[in-house]
Amino acid sequence: MPQAVVGKKYGIKQMENAIKRVKDIEISVPIVYGTISFWLGKKADELHSHKWTVYVRSAANEDLCVVIKKVVFQLHPSFNNPTRVVEAAPFELNESGWGEFEIGITVFFHGDVGEKPLELFHHLKLYPVDESGPQSTKKPVVMEAYDEIVFNEPPEAFFARLRNYPAAVVSSHTASGTVHLSADAAVSTECMNEKRSGDTKDHPLGQWFLKHSEADELSSIAAARQQVQSQIMKLKQDLDVLETEVLQLKSSARA
Amino acid sequence: MADAKEILGLSKGSLPGGPLAAVDKRTSRAPKEASKKPEGVSREVYALTGGLPPVIPTVEQAASKRRNVLQSQKVSWQWLPFTSSARTDNLQLYHWVRAVDEVAPTGDYSFAKYNKSVEIVRYTNEEYNKHLLDMNWTRQETDQLFDLCEQFDLRFIIIADRITPPRSVEELKNRYYSAAKTIILARAAMPEDVADHTLVKDTYNMQHEVERKRSLGFMLSQSRQQEREDAEAEDETELATTVLASSASMVDQIDKSSQTTTRASSPLSLPNTVAIGGLVVTAGGNGPHVPQVCLRSALLTQMIHSTVTSIGARTIKRVDQALENLGVHVKPKVPTQAVCAQHMELRNEVLISLNLQKQVQWKETEVSVLHDNPYADIPPTPTTPKRAQRGSDHERVSIRAATLGPDVDTGERSGKREHKRKANDPPILELTYIGMNNFQLICAIFSPIGLAQFCIQLAPKFDKAGFFQQYSSRKYWQP
Repeated sequence: MPQAVVGKKYGIKQMENAIKRVKDIEISVPIVYGTISFWLGKKADELHSHKWTVYVRSAANEDLCVVIKKVVFQLHPSFNNPTRVVEAAPFELNESGWGEFEIGITVFFHGDVGEKPLELFHHLKLYPVDESGPQSTKKPVVMEAYDEIVFNEPPEAFFARLRNYPAAVVSSHTASGTVHLSADAAVSTECMNEKRSGDTKDHPLGQWFLKHSEADELSSIAAARQQVQSQIMKLKQDLDVLETEVLQLKSSARA
Repeated sequence: MADAKEILGLSKGSLPGGPLAAVDKRTSRAPKEASKKPEGVSREVYALTGGLPPVIPTVEQAASKRRNVLQSQKVSWQWLPFTSSARTDNLQLYHWVRAVDEVAPTGDYSFAKYNKSVEIVRYTNEEYNKHLLDMNWTRQETDQLFDLCEQFDLRFIIIADRITPPRSVEELKNRYYSAAKTIILARAAMPEDVADHTLVKDTYNMQHEVERKRSLGFMLSQSRQQEREDAEAEDETELATTVLASSASMVDQIDKSSQTTTRASSPLSLPNTVAIGGLVVTAGGNGPHVPQVCLRSALLTQMIHSTVTSIGARTIKRVDQALENLGVHVKPKVPTQAVCAQHMELRNEVLISLNLQKQVQWKETEVSVLHDNPYADIPPTPTTPKRAQRGSDHERVSIRAATLGPDVDTGERSGKREHKRKANDPPILELTYIGMNNFQLICAIFSPIGLAQFCIQLAPKFDKAGFFQQYSSRKYWQP
């Protein structure tokens, strides 16, 4: 006798994946992604007036290939082969062109991370914000964005591999503080075996990298919080005063 | 019709052209409409159509063939007796039979082939005593059941109506199917021979059937309101189970949310997304919506957006405005964990401050009303219970609030004193409403006096979640 399904309420949902994950652990990898573009001068071809580079790098200029397997940059369709795949560090792409457009950056992780690729978008800036005077071939237009890739409850294999990666910040939800991993240079991962390591410490464009410090943000937020808190105190006091006034009026009226 | 044609000025011969090209037989006749009488159509009818044959030619071939056959044979109808193999008695019935050339058709009654019946397993005495003894069923009852099954072709609903003593349909089915299966297995030489038999393959599960029918009946009798609530609860649990399967804390959340949403209009669902005071960027705090991997900035925006439903889009905008006035980026440029946490806390504090401002304004209006008219009846704060409009939309101005730093309420600065009448203690009702959402917020916003009023007057009513117990021990102020 075929057993009928008793409606959605009693349906059995399949529980996902059997990957063993480390609970209450969150790994955050701070990255910076953006573009640097140089004007090629008056003599340059109109269709190639700017030479630009789009990249994804670690905020501390560490090697990202431990975490990232490859990065796919999706360019404007007017480029031939607009889908560019970069499989080794440094994850960047050099191109020349004349127009600004939005670049789609898809970050693929290694197999043991077990996650879907992450998508970012970045607007390629060729022309400086303030249209003051002639453009200089020496100073590029740099547009960077800081962000952190957060791995929530990472799989154990990935976590183990990351133990010795200096750039990642591991934080536990139960522990009060964050745990910084020890920097151990002797790690045998595939990318470390390469002759040239993938960190961007000595990147040719390194001099133009922007500094992203959280200190400024923190201080501004802290200042704002102070202000708001003092506001709250004052408001509470006012409320008390008003409250007593109301009661007074009411009792005097009724008396 | 020919006259009409003359009137219109069309000549008779010029019309046949396009539409008639398909009709081969008739085109030759088209010009000669009045003179010749064409076959199959009377002259008048032909003239009616204006001398044109119909576009679809009449089916002349088949009609003429049939009539030919019929014309050669002699058909009569005869009143004859007949027998049907479907009948078990020898009843002699008569019916009209079409006889062609004096010959009546032979053969069984044409509908006898539809007399199908279900093959019921019958047991012998030995088989019964050996296999089918059951506590709940006597021999007579089982016999009666099997007879009725045969008579009514296993229509258990009918059988259930006719069986004595009355039993439920599931019980009857259970008895019949289990008995039949036992008999078949017993008779089979090897169990594999009958493994394909439907009775052996599929077992009737009485418990399951009872449960299934009960729940179907329940679902059928649900009101629309319950249906909606159930759909919401289902969606939430679906999200919860599919996104994060193996986390224990998630399971707790699922239980909580499914329990609470079954209560009518319970505002306790999503308990942690609006946890004011110390909201840290953690997965546990975010409910079942945190993906495994994401960008920190995306996480932050997600958290901010998740508060929209409980706070209201307008309030979010005011918070953003306040943040800008304070010189803080609405979206942090450097979203590290610490920065994000601080940002969320700042947002919450701004929210508290905004609410406090509103309270102060309200109080001031109250004071002014009482000044003018000490006996005034103050109606309750018109906050609607809808979560989306939790902040009251009153844009009243208060001079006191204006002196506090950057003021977000840039409503009319007319300082008007005309107010609606309010009933006693508007803060109480506001409190109780807000209290349902988050008791921590109450403590932050309201002075001890207001809190005491709440505790003493109304808290027991809303003690469902045990809030009152938490605070009953503290003695703030006795009225």
